[in-house]
Amino acid sequence: MNLTSSLRNRLERKVALEDLLPDELPSYVHAYVYLFGIATIASLFLLILSGIWLAMAGPTWWHVSNLGHYVNSVHFWCVQAFFFFMVLHLWTSFFQGAWRDGRGATWTVGVLCFLVGLGTAFTGYISQQNFDAQWIAVQGKDALNAIGVGAFFNVLNFGQMYGFHIVVLPVAVSALVGLHLLLVRTHGVVRPYPANDREGDQ
Amino acid sequence: MSPRQQTYYRGIRMAPYDLVREGLIAILVVLVLVCGLAAWLSSPDEPPLTVQHVATSDPVTFLQTALGELNGTDSISTYGPPYNSGSGSVQSLGPISLQRLAGVRIPIDPARDDVLGPLGMVAAIDPRAGTALATFTAAGASQQAAWETAFGAALGKARMQGQAVVLPNGAYGPVAPMLTALLNLGRAGLLEPAVDHSDRIYSTDNTRSLLFLQASALPALASQDHLVGTQWGMMNETGNYPGQAWLWLYTFWYQVPAYASSPNADVLVMATMGVLTLILLVLPWIPGLNQLPRLLGVYRLIWRDYYREQALSATVPQRPETPAGGQP
Repeated sequence: MNLTSSLRNRLERKVALEDLLPDELPSYVHAYVYLFGIATIASLFLLILSGIWLAMAGPTWWHVSNLGHYVNSVHFWCVQAFFFFMVLHLWTSFFQGAWRDGRGATWTVGVLCFLVGLGTAFTGYISQQNFDAQWIAVQGKDALNAIGVGAFFNVLNFGQMYGFHIVVLPVAVSALVGLHLLLVRTHGVVRPYPANDREGDQ
Repeated sequence: MSPRQQTYYRGIRMAPYDLVREGLIAILVVLVLVCGLAAWLSSPDEPPLTVQHVATSDPVTFLQTALGELNGTDSISTYGPPYNSGSGSVQSLGPISLQRLAGVRIPIDPARDDVLGPLGMVAAIDPRAGTALATFTAAGASQQAAWETAFGAALGKARMQGQAVVLPNGAYGPVAPMLTALLNLGRAGLLEPAVDHSDRIYSTDNTRSLLFLQASALPALASQDHLVGTQWGMMNETGNYPGQAWLWLYTFWYQVPAYASSPNADVLVMATMGVLTLILLVLPWIPGLNQLPRLLGVYRLIWRDYYREQALSATVPQRPETPAGGQP
């Protein structure tokens, strides 16, 4: 069995380029709620760019430089925007029953994006090297210790948390968001509930 | 569009769309938004609390913390895993304690790590502290306890004279010079590096100094800023900033008396959130719950233009729609 050819055949079968980059979509996709997903991705893109800038300058730079503080502020508001748009996207996807017609995995991967995003933000708060970082770390340790996680994931260890925040978790979030997008595009957006269902409820 | 999607969308009007343009516009709009917010509202950066600050501004609290660590009455000395084999903060869910199962992986002995160890370093440059330390370590456990008890009682009657802590006379033995030397080390800003030092030249692990600060100084400041658990503190941050608002449900459980008053509060909250998270993950496959959006009917608002369009073209024969609430 040739793994390369079987992977190619599988991709050819499952992933059509015209589905990945379509130039036409169902007319109902013009509703404003469909913008929350792309706004989440835009926030993530800018979050990563500002994070790379902060990482390149080192973890103490933004405390002693006005420019650094501004870049950190951009990073901070990107986090807020990311979660704001992601939660709106999650709620509107729920109200649409977006998992119908074989889209269960798309929903589950989307929820995983949210969960890993929580961890990324949490480790970011801990990596700030200020009072918030100290307090969130000592406050958060008890819950993690109580479930046995604290023994392996020590929130009081700056080096470990910084590594998680700038490498492990961003890579995981990016991979999950990429998979989520791939699933959305290969399956297409879900159809609306039938109109007669709507009439029947009235 | 692939044949598979053509089949799925049969009967639905397609419209031109430019995903790449939409993505670029979204990046531009969010960029303007976050740059504007950053310029207008900045971001929080409250300076960290240092041992030096505590030793200078509240030396009695510092000495009480150090004495608690020395005599083993502080919360970390008896905490339990992952720091030691105590049981003071061990939580379990029924008979199962994941905390115990994980074991002691970050061994911490506050008396050794935060008091005796740093004093051993001080002894090299301060013979008086070295003598006191030698006297203390040579004494028996009951004698050590007697000195510690006398010093603890005297701390309750301590008064400040300038920067000096004045204690009534008592049989403290070497404990007073030992803890005075530790206080001076803290005031010099050298206690953190002394307790956090490692065999490597670079130390990035602040576990021990943070545990020293959390004994009393950190919670007191956090309470002033409404950051403790019973104040919805887990989702708050210093200043007027939104904090981690996405943790609202997790924080909510700590406001429920049945959870907050339990000795296993953390593990109960984590278990509750674990179950709710699992439900969210597998929602598409849970009968009943996966039909909830259809029953709630918010979709009518989301797709109102589509339904209006459908109603207008109702006279045109169309392919039957996909069954409602199709299986995932």
